Amino acid sequence: MTTTTAAVLVPLLPFLGALVGLGAGRRAPGFVRPLAVLPTLAATALAVLVAVRQGGGEGSGTAPLHASTRLADTGSVPVDLALNVDGFAALVAVLVGVVACCVQIYSTGYLRDDPRYSSYAALVSLFTAAMMLVVYSDDLIVLLVGWEIMGICSYFLVGHYWETAAARSASLKAFLVTKLGDVPFLIGLFVLAGDTGTFSISGIVTRLTSDSGAPLDHPTLIALLLLAGVAGKSAQFPLHTWLPDAMAGPTPVSALIHAATMVAAGVYFIARLLPVFLSSAAALAVLAVMAAVTMVGSALAALAQDDIKRVLAYSTVGQLGYMTGALAVGDRGAAVFHLIAHGAFKALLFLGAGVIIHAAGTNSLAAMSRMSGLTKRIPDAFWTVTVALLALAAIPPFAGFFSKEAVLGAAEHAATGHTADIPEGVGWTVLLAGLLTALLTAGYAARLWLMAFHGKGEPVPDHGKQPVAMNAVLWVLFVPTAAFGLGYGALPDWFDGESLTPTLTTSVLGTGMALAGALVMYGAWRHTSARAARVPLGAVAAHPDAADAVSEAEAIATHEAAYGSVAAAPDPADPGRLLLGPLHRHAATGFHLDAVYGALFVRPVRAAAGLVRFLDREVIETYVRGFAAAPGLFGAAVRRAQTGNVQTYLGALLAGSLVLAVAAVLVAAGA
Amino acid sequence: MHLAYPAVLAVLLFCTGLYGVLARRNAILVLMSVELMLNAVNLNLVAFDVWLRDTLHAGQALTLFAIAIAAAEIGIGLAIVLLVHRNRGTADVDRLRDLADPPPAGTPAADDSVTAPTDNGADEATPVRRQTA
Repeated sequence: MTTTTAAVLVPLLPFLGALVGLGAGRRAPGFVRPLAVLPTLAATALAVLVAVRQGGGEGSGTAPLHASTRLADTGSVPVDLALNVDGFAALVAVLVGVVACCVQIYSTGYLRDDPRYSSYAALVSLFTAAMMLVVYSDDLIVLLVGWEIMGICSYFLVGHYWETAAARSASLKAFLVTKLGDVPFLIGLFVLAGDTGTFSISGIVTRLTSDSGAPLDHPTLIALLLLAGVAGKSAQFPLHTWLPDAMAGPTPVSALIHAATMVAAGVYFIARLLPVFLSSAAALAVLAVMAAVTMVGSALAALAQDDIKRVLAYSTVGQLGYMTGALAVGDRGAAVFHLIAHGAFKALLFLGAGVIIHAAGTNSLAAMSRMSGLTKRIPDAFWTVTVALLALAAIPPFAGFFSKEAVLGAAEHAATGHTADIPEGVGWTVLLAGLLTALLTAGYAARLWLMAFHGKGEPVPDHGKQPVAMNAVLWVLFVPTAAFGLGYGALPDWFDGESLTPTLTTSVLGTGMALAGALVMYGAWRHTSARAARVPLGAVAAHPDAADAVSEAEAIATHEAAYGSVAAAPDPADPGRLLLGPLHRHAATGFHLDAVYGALFVRPVRAAAGLVRFLDREVIETYVRGFAAAPGLFGAAVRRAQTGNVQTYLGALLAGSLVLAVAAVLVAAGA
Repeated sequence: MHLAYPAVLAVLLFCTGLYGVLARRNAILVLMSVELMLNAVNLNLVAFDVWLRDTLHAGQALTLFAIAIAAAEIGIGLAIVLLVHRNRGTADVDRLRDLADPPPAGTPAADDSVTAPTDNGADEATPVRRQTA
């Protein structure tokens, strides 16, 4: 098998699996699990094969694999079905494949009794195929197809528990907000193609990086338009609000789509088209400010969340902010390094959170902090999640440390003016925001760990052992979480060749910040945890022995009823509440951004809809009714003349004839 | 003879007939009035035929046709009046108002017309009456 064939099969296999699964899933329930897992496994194996053959240590010297066939001759800019596999694409494809495999296997246990498992698995396969298409595609329009399929899969999967109102509105919100970004994205693609005359990513990059190539005509416009789509997809400020709500979907979906892969697609897209963004200093500045605001804001919001998955969701937003920050300082190697490391440990965190939610019977950290013995019930999840949280907080030697240091190092490099084309202010913005976020990240990671695993109070009831499939997957993801960062020496060969080795200054600063954050949180927790026993709190699932997905659906459905808000709980024992002080109220609601959107968009749209409704019902319908009533009235008038007396009719006839005759005579006489 | 005499006579006849058709209540008198109007026309035809000295006498020929047709017509008309009188007990034009649009349901009939049986009822009743008659 040639490498090209293997690369073509990578998106194709899960796609076929999804088609067969959607078509035959209900009729042949026995085949649903193999149909879900096997194509994804095969595609992952092929992605690994492509990566081994393609990367292979020769580094940037290896020519990217390129193959294309003309898809549509549009008359101006043709659309090609094109592949372009370089080091970035090969590694990201492996990440997507591994996480998708883990999620599919985990789902066989997590959703084992779910009546809609077959369509769920098929949609996850379809999503995997679309993401692979985005990763391998060299053509912007083909990439857009995969991009939109991911969006619609996300919509369906977030709404998997559509019986709950939260899931329904979250899926709609996710869809609408990402589409809000996708419209400028589409226009940006067209302007870009208009400027360069091609939809080929490699063609655009070659043109912009070679010395002879002409620069773009509208670099800032293109970069900002594309940035809107990226902000929607990658959940960057101000379009990030859909991601925390999307946690109403099943946990494996959150792990796959809303942590590891789809939200990383925006970052990956910028990484592929980085020269376009580098040609506009304004766009880089916007990118840096967006990244900084996203990082700090989401980390503060994560400190205030009560739902364990919402903490992780805001954490995802923040880590994506790191990646965009790395792109803002022009280091796509660091960005994709962090993307891959984050994909591994965040998928692990989400899948572990699924186990925790089932074992505790609630998704509320406040309720978990009033239970003891959770660590003994789920030792696998405890150890893997602990390491993943250390990786998230960037404690050496786990994966997150190296990737985050690569980002901070790149930012420091730019801040000190060592990177060409990058304004120093951009570097400083990213560096300072990154360091502050490192402090906050360690804080909320420590808060999650302490509240989830070190609760005091009633012991957690035993709900039986978790399925092997779920625990095994946790350990599979544990390997890259723990060890992927150590590959920092080899990775530059796959990327642009820039060093990803941590520098001493940023390592010391970053780790110091992380340790400080964790210690402050520990101190606050010691201070507040004594109060936990005094304030009883907590609602647990009504069916603790049912499948994990049932517990989670119940937890989602009851959180607002039990605690008054989807995000927060009135828990005085929460160390985050103590540390944030008056800021807590705002952070819990994501700094009221949803309220702002409500005032800016939702209310005007509703008012306009009310106006249209009024116009339709009161104005247009009046015309329609008038047209119906006028013949009725006319008919009633005519009916009065219908007396039944023949002589009256004849009299009228005579009168009419006389009038006509007189008229005819007058006309004939010329009067 | 001057044309004015027959013409004025025809107008008088026609107007008398018209008055009868519009004002008389008895159906037979209405039919007679119709005959008066027809004959006014016949008189005109003959008078103008003579006045124009038509060699083919088309006016007089047409008058003969009209008289024949009028005879047939009055036969059918009288037969109808006879049947109506048998069915309804009256030949009064004012009281034969079955063709009137019925007033909307719920409101009582405003006029004093004979409460007529439905068309189907009339069809079924006719042979019975004939046998008794």
